[in-house]
Amino acid sequence: MGIYSSIGLNLDEVKDSLYNGRSGIIFDRVRKEMGFRSGLTGMVRRPVLKGVLDRRLRVGLPVQGEYAYIATLEALKTAKITQSFLNQQEVGILYGNDSSAVPVVESVDILRSKKDTMMIGSGYIFQSMNSTVSMNLSVIFRLKGINFTVSGACASGSHAIGIGYLMIRQGLQEIIICGGAQEINAESTASFDALNAFSVRESEPTKASRPFDRDRDGLVPSGGAATVILESYESAVKRGAKIFGEIVGYGFSSNGEHISLPNVDGPSRAMSMALRDAKIDASEINYVNAHATSTPAGDSNEAQAIDSIFGKSGPLVSSTKSMTGHEMWMGGASEVIYSILMMENSFVAPNINLENPDETTRLLNIVKVTTEKEINVFLSNSFGFGGTNSALIIRKFIP
Amino acid sequence: MQQEDIIQKINQLLIDEIEIDETQIIPTANLKKDLGIDSLDFVDLFVIIENNFGFKMKAEEMADVKTLADFYDYIVKRIHPN
Repeated sequence: MGIYSSIGLNLDEVKDSLYNGRSGIIFDRVRKEMGFRSGLTGMVRRPVLKGVLDRRLRVGLPVQGEYAYIATLEALKTAKITQSFLNQQEVGILYGNDSSAVPVVESVDILRSKKDTMMIGSGYIFQSMNSTVSMNLSVIFRLKGINFTVSGACASGSHAIGIGYLMIRQGLQEIIICGGAQEINAESTASFDALNAFSVRESEPTKASRPFDRDRDGLVPSGGAATVILESYESAVKRGAKIFGEIVGYGFSSNGEHISLPNVDGPSRAMSMALRDAKIDASEINYVNAHATSTPAGDSNEAQAIDSIFGKSGPLVSSTKSMTGHEMWMGGASEVIYSILMMENSFVAPNINLENPDETTRLLNIVKVTTEKEINVFLSNSFGFGGTNSALIIRKFIP
Repeated sequence: MQQEDIIQKINQLLIDEIEIDETQIIPTANLKKDLGIDSLDFVDLFVIIENNFGFKMKAEEMADVKTLADFYDYIVKRIHPN
């Protein structure tokens, strides 16, 4: 696993932030000057790759590709996969990504200004496609297996892992690099800001993302990248790789309703499907990492969906978005990593800023403060525009 | 701009923008084989030359440009046609 997130730039930093309930949200003055309703965002510093990757490998790499490169380096290292191994074996990539706004804006700005496509240069085409992360990383790491991007809105990273799990279970691949990446910039979130969906609690940035709280007023956009290496059990054992967990269930569904308003039925069906796939009872789930983004309708509907599946004596629940903000295309992958870090270190990270639940969110056992707890199986929810839903169930690996 | 200044500027642009190693910058160097300048790098050279020298390179005129010396010669002649 590897992570590049607003709450830490590697697994150790992220584990400490999760344990200590540290927020990665800041106020970005640039967004206000541009005319944003909300200047709040999660933030990471841009990696410096000059001297690390040669120019040809950098010019086509957008910022979320840079985050994904760093996260993938860490993931390969923890998985004990070297470049010479990648050169010799068939390793694939399935990465979640659903936008690349800045290269699109900048290349069209050049065209409008210069009125000559030749002045755009060679990099923007490779930076601006949705498949930019998988296309770049497959070249950088010289991958020879499955190679495409999964675009499923804010469930992209989760679906990427789900599809990778199915491909390995089918015996089509032994190892797949999966994950999700999310650019952080004003250009990619301006039209989202226009929907009045973002929190405007600008006086208290670290308190703005407050999933399940009665006084939540919207989500906070964020980003970074998260990579998990999926591998067949036989291959991992043969290599002597560290096994962080076993994916045992993947459920998916579509709401079949509104483009942006979530419902209760779709997420419920995705969670049920994941439980059926895992062949386990709902009572066996120790922890649910909720999708809950801090929007009034979304959190309420998810609370009802979780309650309908698990009941009041259900598992501990928290939304790590209370700390990270909404990592969108990345979130489904990063939240699997956050949950695995909790499972590995036997704690549940707090749903910070939950001061007063409302009538639907009080149905759940939401963790307000860091709780020492052995987790054997967790479920991670991810939902997105268009009503796409994904639920992953991961079990602790016991040799 | 004199020929020597043009050559020096081209060399610096190749080092800074295309990240060619300074030790490889010799007039007899083949652009593709020795300097590793591929078709995508030529697209970027188009932008770099226009931004720094103020004219557009033409692909058909580049057909005979094989070495760095050829490239210097091409740029110098575009700047000083006579």
